[in-house]
Amino acid sequence: MFGYTLEEVGNIVVMQGFSGLSLFSVLLLMALGLAIIFGQMGVINMAHGEFMTVGAYTTVFLSKLAVEYDFVKSYFVFAIIAAFIVAFILGYVIEYVMIRHLYKRPLDTLLATWGLSLVMQQIFRSTFGAKEVSAELPEWLLGSFQPTEGIDIPINGVFVMGLALVVTVSVYLFMFRSRGGLRVRATMQNRIMAGAVGINTKQVDRVTFALGCGIAGVAGAAFTTIASTGPTTGSLYIVDSFMVVVFGGAASLMGTIASAFGIAQAQSLLQFFMTSSMGKVATLMTIVIILMMRPEGLFAAKVRK
Amino acid sequence: MRNFNEYCKLKKGLAAYPIACAMAGLITMSQVFAGDFPTAAVNTTGLAVTDSTVKVGILHSATGTMAISETGSIQAEKLAIAQINELGGILGRKIEVIQEDGASDWPTFAEKSKKLLENDKVAAVFGCWTSASRKAALPVFEKDNGLLFYPTFYEGLEQSKNVFYTGQEATQQILAGLDWIAKEKKAKTYYLIGSDYIWPRTSMKIARKHIEQHLGGKVVGEEYIALGDTQFGSVINKIKLKKPDVIYAAVVGGSNVAWFKQLNAAGLNAKKQSMLTISVTEDEVLGIGGENLEGFYSAMKYFQSLKNANNDKFVADFKKAYGEASVIGDVTQAAYLGPWLWKAAVERAGSFDVDKAVVALPGYELMTAPEGYVKVDPNHHLLSKLRIGKWLKNGQAEVVYESGLIQPDPFPKGYQ
Amino acid sequence: MNELSEKVLGGKQGALHLAILAVLLLVILPLCLDLFRLGLIGKYVTYAFVAISLVLLWGNGGILSLGQGMFFGLGGYCMAMFLKLEASDPISTKIQTTPGLPDFMDWNQIVELPWFWEPFKSLPLTLLLVLVVPVLLAFIIGMAMFTRRVGGVYFSIITQAIALILSILIVGQQGYTGGVNGITDLKTLSGWDIRTDSAKYCLYFMNAGLLILCIMLSRFILTSKFGMLLLAMRDKEERVRFSGYDVARFKIFIFCVAAMISAIGGAMFTLQIGFMSPSFVGIVPSIEMVIFAAVGGRMSLIGAVYGTLLVNFGKTIFSETYPELWLFLMGGLFIAVVMFFPDGLAGIYEKYAPHCSFSMLRARWLKKVPKVTGERQ
Repeated sequence: MFGYTLEEVGNIVVMQGFSGLSLFSVLLLMALGLAIIFGQMGVINMAHGEFMTVGAYTTVFLSKLAVEYDFVKSYFVFAIIAAFIVAFILGYVIEYVMIRHLYKRPLDTLLATWGLSLVMQQIFRSTFGAKEVSAELPEWLLGSFQPTEGIDIPINGVFVMGLALVVTVSVYLFMFRSRGGLRVRATMQNRIMAGAVGINTKQVDRVTFALGCGIAGVAGAAFTTIASTGPTTGSLYIVDSFMVVVFGGAASLMGTIASAFGIAQAQSLLQFFMTSSMGKVATLMTIVIILMMRPEGLFAAKVRK
Repeated sequence: MRNFNEYCKLKKGLAAYPIACAMAGLITMSQVFAGDFPTAAVNTTGLAVTDSTVKVGILHSATGTMAISETGSIQAEKLAIAQINELGGILGRKIEVIQEDGASDWPTFAEKSKKLLENDKVAAVFGCWTSASRKAALPVFEKDNGLLFYPTFYEGLEQSKNVFYTGQEATQQILAGLDWIAKEKKAKTYYLIGSDYIWPRTSMKIARKHIEQHLGGKVVGEEYIALGDTQFGSVINKIKLKKPDVIYAAVVGGSNVAWFKQLNAAGLNAKKQSMLTISVTEDEVLGIGGENLEGFYSAMKYFQSLKNANNDKFVADFKKAYGEASVIGDVTQAAYLGPWLWKAAVERAGSFDVDKAVVALPGYELMTAPEGYVKVDPNHHLLSKLRIGKWLKNGQAEVVYESGLIQPDPFPKGYQ
Repeated sequence: MNELSEKVLGGKQGALHLAILAVLLLVILPLCLDLFRLGLIGKYVTYAFVAISLVLLWGNGGILSLGQGMFFGLGGYCMAMFLKLEASDPISTKIQTTPGLPDFMDWNQIVELPWFWEPFKSLPLTLLLVLVVPVLLAFIIGMAMFTRRVGGVYFSIITQAIALILSILIVGQQGYTGGVNGITDLKTLSGWDIRTDSAKYCLYFMNAGLLILCIMLSRFILTSKFGMLLLAMRDKEERVRFSGYDVARFKIFIFCVAAMISAIGGAMFTLQIGFMSPSFVGIVPSIEMVIFAAVGGRMSLIGAVYGTLLVNFGKTIFSETYPELWLFLMGGLFIAVVMFFPDGLAGIYEKYAPHCSFSMLRARWLKKVPKVTGERQ
């Protein structure tokens, strides 16, 4: 077939399938935090990418410590937890200082958080320097896993996939199987009623926003294995994240998962058959056109305002 | 000097006067005496030259996305200027720097060039980094007859009376490198990959012609990545399918880091795959991580590990000024050459006038360049050597090949 | 006639403010500043076109487009294409393989002028296309989105994505668009050298004059019945719809007008700065321009102009002296304006001006104003 043996083609199909899945988990991780913040709360957090960068820098910082105190093998697990905690706390504070005053003006949160993202970028630059840095990765995260000759499965890809699975399941369990999630959903659906039955809705807002930021931090930590960390890294992810959430239909976790999957497969395939940059354009264009046809996204029943 | 003497007279301190004069004598003994070059004679076009100082501009991005890359150039240019001042300046005049921030925004480069040339009347500008910033600033330099020293290796296809290019144009970086890898790896098939903008595209065009017409090789794939894209899964699979002998890469910025990390994770490390890149210097390695690059090759004219007396001194001075942890990449070194070349131009011309300095510089040989030796070509580019560096885990390169001096050729015939 | 002037100028108060702005832009600044600084002002004024368009669209219409940079860019590119063709005459491009083509096409082995460049050989057609191309794009986007009732944040995010697509396309198709470097080295407009000092002055005045005209046009729109409807749609879209108005059609119209005003700014930018690049098409400039409008006051046409001038002047001054601080300041400004001064400078003025003594003087002076407006007709 096209001058390749059947085995070669088979190998590529397997690896291509994997890279599609890997892109899927990357997009999912990016979008999950945003799906909570934007989908549930209606807050457009343009600083979402910067919260990822917070997670990434936390990881880089821990990796420096790890090299110094010789626990490189195990630090990455701590780094992910630390990234979550740091981003969570930061999100909590920012909700308290800024976001809570803007719930009634969704378009304004967009501008304010854009300002926030500029400030955060400059803080990164002043603290960590303008140059890109990389985290020292443990051996077990490097290289590839070879089930057969000719097939390489990147270990960092498997790791990101695993992490995406864990995070998604945790989010699902939290949102739909815990009292905390019940409070969140109640508050988002009907704030006044939720308040009337004794839910501290302001507290719920704060925790929900912080949770979304924390997940962004985890995503950022995971991305140190596949990409770079610099002051402006976050801005690379922001459009993709929003597209996934919007395409899936806000307020629907299933929608986010489905749309991440669809976008990842489309982009992965298009980039295989076209050049990479044209593949990206074609993917975005398809999303935009579909959104114009079906503005409510894949999985949402309500008509938008 | 005249100011200084006047100052002494004003003080009218009888005791202080002879001492001051003796001091002045001591200083001037080792220096070019500014009085030998009266300002009116060395500056006929109204530049910011006084009897004791001359103003120059540094114009790079200190903020924005390009700050990552341009910081090293600013440091190198400031270092060179400080060193020149220590040696007594130019024609007895100390260099004063006016630094402007291009903010990674191309019109800002044009705007600040205009400010430097029209308001500050600087005698020379060291600056610009990306092609886009140079293209934006170029008409300003041509209109106001300024003088720009541009440090970055770039795609060529340009030659201006008002610009000296201290980095390599495309053919200087590409041809010898391809020749080397074709011979070394007995490569027949090549995969070209670059970020999607003018420098990689022009470079790949030249590389393709060279591979197909001169090396008898075959280009099995050519790929461009949108700037800032960090997902390489599909691209890497395409490469795996084509199994090229050599990957020839010019990926830049954040994509570059992702490219090497993901390549490695996909099992394409240096043991299995040869790669020659023209977009990785010591600066980029910081972000990519030595372990992801180990064994791959870069084609540059300068590596920090270069062994020669000039470079030992340069590296020591640089680290003394900016800290032990700082690294020096190809462009940083090229930026360092700028002030020295300008000094030579002015001294050969005996004048700060741009028209005279521009004519005086071609043919000049700079013996003290950290890269060893460079000569200024009449086409305003430098004759320089090409080196192939093999990356080591510690982020430094081992120079495995050095070409002869290569003639710059910004409009290469047969490659367009 | 009187009614028309009332609408265009926005009453006595409006006329006064407009007159002050006109005097500032057309008299005071040209007299006080050297050509270099004036050139900067000229550049900021081109951004002010976008800020005005956002006042129409966002402040009054409640539609936040994060893709206004696209229209600015398209207008600028249309102008740049004409100028580039004129600059690439066969004589000055004789070292190329194919003389007469723009240099970047030659570098990309394009031997024939692409079809969509053809119309830009003629100036009248170019001037028409400067307006038509962005409006057409706005119409298509508006048609698709507003008739399906996409609004609010979804509209913002989708326009943002479209801006991203357009900028990737322009960068990627460098043979046709000049790529990331943009279209540079523009020299003459129908033989008139736009780089000379006199041309710069001339363009500056043209630019400022056009801005004033655009403000008057926008005023006219806002003070008409349509303007009322726009406000009503912003606040209670459903009610307007139930009252029998076709909301989508109004939204499309205002989106097109906003695109056109932005495009004029873009074309003037190209003429004054001498090049156009994709860095004006993307997301970042689009959002920055929103902030210009926000700082000036999203409801105030004139406020938006001052906001643009002020933010950009601050940017230039601060990035000269404290480049490190600039992003903090800019970001802080975004946050502060949104949180504490949602109506921007104009809001502060409205709130405090009546209480200060200056306003008393102004009130006295205002009595003479009808004469001024009379003259303006």
